Amino acid sequence: MATASVARTRNDVSFLSRQSVRTRIWTTFVLVIVGIGALALMLPVWFMFITSLKPAGVAVAGYPIKWFPWTTEMGLGPLATFVPVQPLWANYVEAHVFMKWLTVYRNTIVVSTVTAIGDVVSAVFVAYGFARFRAPMRNFMFTCLLATLMIPFAVRLVPEYLGFARLGLVNTFAPLMLPGWLGAAFFIFLLRQFFTTIPMAMDEAAIIDGAGPLRVLWQVLVPQIRPALIVVAISGFTYNWNDFLRPLLYLNSADMRTAAVALSYFNAMYGGTPFHLMMAGALVMLIPVLGLFFALQRYYIQGVVISGVKG
Amino acid sequence: MPAVAQSTGVVTRSRRTLAIREAIWFYIFISPWLVGFLLFTAGPIVASGALSFTHNDPVNWPPKWVGMANYDLMWKDPLFWRSLNTTFYYTFFSVPLSVAFATVIALLLNEKLPLISVWRTLYYLPAIISGVPVAVMWWLMFNSSFGLINGTLWDISKLFVGDDNAIIGPRWFSDPPWVLPAFIVMSLWAFGGPMLIYLAAIQGVPTHLYESAQLDGANVIQQVWHITIPSITPVIFFNGIMAIIGSFQVFTNAYVITQGGPNYASYFFVLHIYNNAFTYIANMGYADALSWVLFIVMLVFTYIAFRSSAAWVHYETEVAR
Repeated sequence: MATASVARTRNDVSFLSRQSVRTRIWTTFVLVIVGIGALALMLPVWFMFITSLKPAGVAVAGYPIKWFPWTTEMGLGPLATFVPVQPLWANYVEAHVFMKWLTVYRNTIVVSTVTAIGDVVSAVFVAYGFARFRAPMRNFMFTCLLATLMIPFAVRLVPEYLGFARLGLVNTFAPLMLPGWLGAAFFIFLLRQFFTTIPMAMDEAAIIDGAGPLRVLWQVLVPQIRPALIVVAISGFTYNWNDFLRPLLYLNSADMRTAAVALSYFNAMYGGTPFHLMMAGALVMLIPVLGLFFALQRYYIQGVVISGVKG
Repeated sequence: MPAVAQSTGVVTRSRRTLAIREAIWFYIFISPWLVGFLLFTAGPIVASGALSFTHNDPVNWPPKWVGMANYDLMWKDPLFWRSLNTTFYYTFFSVPLSVAFATVIALLLNEKLPLISVWRTLYYLPAIISGVPVAVMWWLMFNSSFGLINGTLWDISKLFVGDDNAIIGPRWFSDPPWVLPAFIVMSLWAFGGPMLIYLAAIQGVPTHLYESAQLDGANVIQQVWHITIPSITPVIFFNGIMAIIGSFQVFTNAYVITQGGPNYASYFFVLHIYNNAFTYIANMGYADALSWVLFIVMLVFTYIAFRSSAAWVHYETEVAR
């Protein structure tokens, strides 16, 4: 009996030490896979970057791929890879002149900002209503809200267009901005989830002190869900920044175009597709979105997880 | 006695006025959404249902009643079937692959690695960039004569079999059998959103399950297969449904890169709606009918999603007070 138990103990110890070596091997293995995967994910963006700096002819010159923009393959044989040339930053100027960048970025910023503000303001009010007030039909309304969440935009495309066309709002920014100001279902849902995590006792204390509903919202609840408001603001901004179909549909004239639409016009205008210019335009368009994400990523990821798991 | 009766009367009356006041506040607060819902969601969908039985375009108003003609037309429209076929083919491969992809990466990023938050951010990054910049990126990536995909195939294969036998990749966007595979690969890139959700679900699996499995001698693979995956199936299922709904909406990539070609090989359903509504504009009623077909397909999937979500979503307990 005694020997058996000693043997088992010794076994357990050796099992444990083996386990830790195994764990280390496993961690290294996973790390290598994760590292290679991350590299593969970032490669397309790097490839965009080097393409954006190549001269027109070289951008479409075929293989082998030149991994660094400061090398050339023109007329130097095998030496070419090592000969530095000036990367063509002028491509960025040419691309943006073609895109009429002042106009299109002004339009994009106006649409995205105004809509993002509308998304936040309307979602705060509507979410507050759903989270804190009992009323007949509330559950029915909430079900409708969740249902809109799952109705894809493609279904509403034609009907919505007919509505805006009847109202004479085609070729204005109204079709892009108005829906945001009238409450986007996803953001309402997200904020409502956040509101329900705040204990009712806080509202009640404020109400006993004589605060009305607006005061409770503004002074008790809103300060506590600031991270969620940031998520809504960035998501709303990013969505409209990237949106293509609706600007394409509603904005006909060149001076109303957004950046996404302008970027899609390279193909039509240059005859052959000018990939070096298109990549220059595309990369610049990514900068604000990436910047916002990095500045506020903590809140952003939290928001995705909360909305996703609960919804 | 009368005093008691009077006081209860006062209580019920004031409770009723409070309830009415609360309901009024509710409707005041949700009114922006309610207006938006009626104006931009419910209204348009009902209107297009009615308009799908008419012949109409923005110039010739009012619409002319044509009964089932638009639906008859759909039945005989080869492009309708073509676009439906394309969309289903794409969905059939892209949804399971992207779900599996996101799950595997979530499992890997759940390990205790050095710099884990950096890795998670890097893997999430593709999800935040979308739209035309990403479309033109893939256009470049899959370009058959200087894209990264074929270039890498050529560069690597040449090391093994020499310059003469190096692999020349397919002409992705100009070869009908290869265009949808290219779109399927593209759909795998933006897995960040689902991945984060799986990651959260994986971290919610109770640790005592793993502990008892370890006591029974289960290795990592067995633990993943018998504990993690079964525990997160509801989340996987729900995200799968959302992915199906998303895959019925492919538009930007197809519109920017191929315009549905070559020979309608990447002609997605939304492109068909778009063309009928805004390119040919001869008959918006037909586009309305197409939208309604899509709506019904979506309703079926949404219904399934709702039924499945009942197992783990607890709205009622959260709302009730």
